[in-house]
Amino acid sequence: MTVSGEPLLKSVVVDDRLELAAAGAWIAEHASDLEGLIDGAVQQGQAVRTVDINMAGVERLDTFGAWLLERLIRSIGGEGRGINVVGLPAHYRGLIEEAHHVNRTQPAPLSENLLGSAVAAINRTANLLARDILLNIGMLGAVVAAVLRTIHRPRAFRLTSMVHHLERVCWRAVPIILLITFLIGAIIAQQGIFHFRKFGAEVYVVDMLGILVLREIGVLIVAIMIAGRSGSSYTAELGSMKMREEVDALHTMGLDPVDVLILPRLAALVLALPMLTFLGSMAALYGGGVVCWLYGGMNPDVFLSRLREVISLDHFEVGMSKAPFMAMVIGIIASVEGLQVKGSAESLGLQTTSSVVKSIFLVIVLDGMFAMFFAAIGK
Amino acid sequence: MLGPLGNVDNVIRVRDVVVMLNGQKVLDALSLDVVRGEVLGFVGASGTGKTVLMRTILGLLPKQAGTVEVFGVDLDKASEQERRAIERRWGVLFQHGALFSSLTTIQNVQFPMREYLHLSQRLMDEIAVAKLEMVGLSADVCDKYPAELSGGMIKRVALARALALDPEIVFLDEPTSGLDPIGAGEFDELIRTLQQTLGLTVYMVTHDLDSLHTICDRIAVLADGKVIVAGPISAMLASEHPWVKAYFRGKRARVVLSEAEQHVS
Repeated sequence: MTVSGEPLLKSVVVDDRLELAAAGAWIAEHASDLEGLIDGAVQQGQAVRTVDINMAGVERLDTFGAWLLERLIRSIGGEGRGINVVGLPAHYRGLIEEAHHVNRTQPAPLSENLLGSAVAAINRTANLLARDILLNIGMLGAVVAAVLRTIHRPRAFRLTSMVHHLERVCWRAVPIILLITFLIGAIIAQQGIFHFRKFGAEVYVVDMLGILVLREIGVLIVAIMIAGRSGSSYTAELGSMKMREEVDALHTMGLDPVDVLILPRLAALVLALPMLTFLGSMAALYGGGVVCWLYGGMNPDVFLSRLREVISLDHFEVGMSKAPFMAMVIGIIASVEGLQVKGSAESLGLQTTSSVVKSIFLVIVLDGMFAMFFAAIGK
Repeated sequence: MLGPLGNVDNVIRVRDVVVMLNGQKVLDALSLDVVRGEVLGFVGASGTGKTVLMRTILGLLPKQAGTVEVFGVDLDKASEQERRAIERRWGVLFQHGALFSSLTTIQNVQFPMREYLHLSQRLMDEIAVAKLEMVGLSADVCDKYPAELSGGMIKRVALARALALDPEIVFLDEPTSGLDPIGAGEFDELIRTLQQTLGLTVYMVTHDLDSLHTICDRIAVLADGKVIVAGPISAMLASEHPWVKAYFRGKRARVVLSEAEQHVS
């Protein structure tokens, strides 16, 4: 394609009259150069009484050119200055007419008050936080109500859906959970052996491994993994359903989205997390045992008998009892965030991120609260 | 119509294009010309491949055989640079708008300008507002995100974005679908006005009989993977092809036609 000549705007000042002769292509490609020419002409125009613009030499004109001509006319047209535009090709008349009508209203300038906007930002964040807490409590309430409804009418429970989600959340997560907890157990044991060896206290590695894995690490690692793996997918699923108005469609059919979408997912999660915690804890102990044997030179018999000696069932119970609560937290946060998704793709990404971040944070906070609770009751 | 842009009068030339999707021949040796400055309406039953042809011309779908020439340039043989230059000269309105959801309305319209032209922010703002006003929106929508707009507004913003660089051809994929009849009529009017003031060539995939009657200079009908008839509305009415007959001489069409005639008289 050959782009025709560069735009030109020749100016001649005669007495108090400015004569502008336009030429070339006044099109998008040249809009930047043209803007400079127009600004120059506007400055010259300030000193004269009348301005003549001869457009006869213009080869091509598009919206960009038409607007810049309009801008020229508007900028120097004030203060009783006379402006004559001549030689405009007839087929561009419509375009010029169109340009004449646009950009008439100036958008209100945004007031910039630094302190004010800072306070407004804090206010907004605080409101969001309060809203968030309320929403989560609201969702907890809705879930409890749905559970009560289901107890009242067990046949309404969506078993198929729950089994489907159980497969995705639990069964398909088993390999990765086993792998990661196995490695974590192995690493704890290796570090323990390495440092305890200095005191000749290698056998206490078994105590540390057992308590740490069964009480804390097992459930925590699994919960964090599941928050990242399943919580995020719940948020994304519910969010895209919200975006495509599927959630609204359920409402209009007289169905509660909590019953249909959230309860089965939550139930699957609450069932899955203890199972995965159990598997994860076993894998971690196994990993620790293997390292003790291969790296620490501790016979598996010795490892097992030491484990049996120092680890009471309490530790196991404490660990396992935390799992369903963590599942609830992950599931509720994921659902609330999913239903917060607005129409845009960006909002879906934002809510998914926030779902994972919040549920991991709350899982850890919850773990700390459990630690205080169990310490208080002496377990 | 507009300036010396080479002597090609057929801005789009499609020759013997074959497109297979999932092992099925959707377009079978299809040929089509679009003349500079016309509004071409492209119709066909659902699933016959209207959108497929548009996407093939735009280079979004691969074709198995045939050539597509735009502005006299064979798109398969064009260098990267030539292709880029051609892409600058067309604008596309997708069926659902395809606005970038993370950008505001005005940013959406400015996006192509920002990529292709080096303009001052002031000029970009002014031009973007001008485009939005030309498609019948007010400056208030500038800072809204696509999610906050109604269906009709999304179409208008998408049209403003398609027109951002003053293209010579605009492709419209069902521009009036999902609009109420009044809104659809206004949109037709708008396309007509813009086409006349900007000297556009319009390639429009549509189902809307009203649009076909009121703004299309020529209509092409797609069936069995080919263009079976192309011509003005009178050619459609004269056609004996069963689908064309049903479409243009069916009950709905008769109502629209008689209304159109009343307008004329």
